[in-house]
Amino acid sequence: MPQVSLTVNGTRHTVEVEARTLLVELLREKLRLTGTHVGCDTSQCGACVIHMGGDSVKACTILAVQCEGASITTIEGLAKPDGTLHPMQEAFREYHALQCGFCTPGMVMSAIDLVNKHPNGLTEQEIREGLEGNLCRCTGYHNIVKAIAAAADVMQGRRSELARAAE
Amino acid sequence: MYEFSYHKPASVADAVKLLSADPEARPISGGMTLLPALKLRLSKPTALVDLSGIAELRGIRRDGGTIVVGALAKHYEVATNADIKAAIPALAWMASTIGDTQVRNRGTMGGSVANNDPSADYPAALLALGATIQTDRRKLSADEFFTGMFSTALDTGELVTAIHIPVPEKAGYAKMKNPASRYSMAGVFVARGPAGVRVAVNGAGANGAFRAPQMEAALQANWSPDAVAGVKMDPAMMNGDIHGSAEYRAHLVTVMAKRAVQNAG
Repeated sequence: MPQVSLTVNGTRHTVEVEARTLLVELLREKLRLTGTHVGCDTSQCGACVIHMGGDSVKACTILAVQCEGASITTIEGLAKPDGTLHPMQEAFREYHALQCGFCTPGMVMSAIDLVNKHPNGLTEQEIREGLEGNLCRCTGYHNIVKAIAAAADVMQGRRSELARAAE
Repeated sequence: MYEFSYHKPASVADAVKLLSADPEARPISGGMTLLPALKLRLSKPTALVDLSGIAELRGIRRDGGTIVVGALAKHYEVATNADIKAAIPALAWMASTIGDTQVRNRGTMGGSVANNDPSADYPAALLALGATIQTDRRKLSADEFFTGMFSTALDTGELVTAIHIPVPEKAGYAKMKNPASRYSMAGVFVARGPAGVRVAVNGAGANGAFRAPQMEAALQANWSPDAVAGVKMDPAMMNGDIHGSAEYRAHLVTVMAKRAVQNAG
């Protein structure tokens, strides 16, 4: 069987996989990183979004063998070792940007890439368009959009801490 | 997914050798169309030949009056490349509307061109801009290259290596996205430049992307949105399905052509 060596959340792994093994299967089944979800079979839902070399990609639409030498970050790799959440995770909590939570890992990973690619801030429309690859079946997106705007302010230094959500 | 073997050659020559030796092997670059098809078992290749390690297929550069796009250039790179944004802003904007962020971070121009999906964006742009498709063995004009829905002039084992795009004086693009899938229902790319006035359509045709000679003649005589507003397309040429009838798509092509000319300025 082919072997693939890759770095996931800062740890180097060498894993035997079939050529047809998807990255998301490697993450969930071999590395037991089950925060990356699978919500569809058709590459549409975005629950499996991770970062590969800093870019958001769908882990269900890339073969594990294509990730040789890659640096991958999953939702488990965002919080600090002491448990302090990433500002995007904190914003999703503060703004109640989730209900069932199934799409949340993918939303958070897509949102961080979106903010990183717009260093001068984002309009509401840019946030909504930036989430085209992520489907949520409960929230109606409004609180997700608010959370991303609030997290962007912290990530880009416009605020020192997260603006509290209105009650 | 069915089983297959996996190869990652480091040169075009090695990739061509692998693909020529096995007609059931398929090349893969970003895989944004191929992998979903494999997951649904719509395709059963014996082997995948991964092109992503081939350095000579990378990069975007301006060479005088031509933009040269390496086959492995990702949609995100096309959308953000400074030379393309300066020389052909309509192409950069088109790239920014393909799929979603995650598709744009993986999908490549070479892959999209070689696949020639009728809803893909690039084929209409390359037809309208009079682009030349460079393969490992020859050069083909876009008119010669695109031969119908999911069909190109590529031989077995032949690879797209780069796309040469003459810089136009003006170019514009407009498309109607399907509200659910976001694929093009009808997209029109218009260009005026070294190749003359050219208009090409994606998403709507019964047999893939095509040029619209009546619209080209109308714009040649008078470059304005009004000139194409009166050109009616023949529904017999259009695709009709659950998302829209052939008549509706014929109507959309005229509307998108008008908007594309407006966008071109």
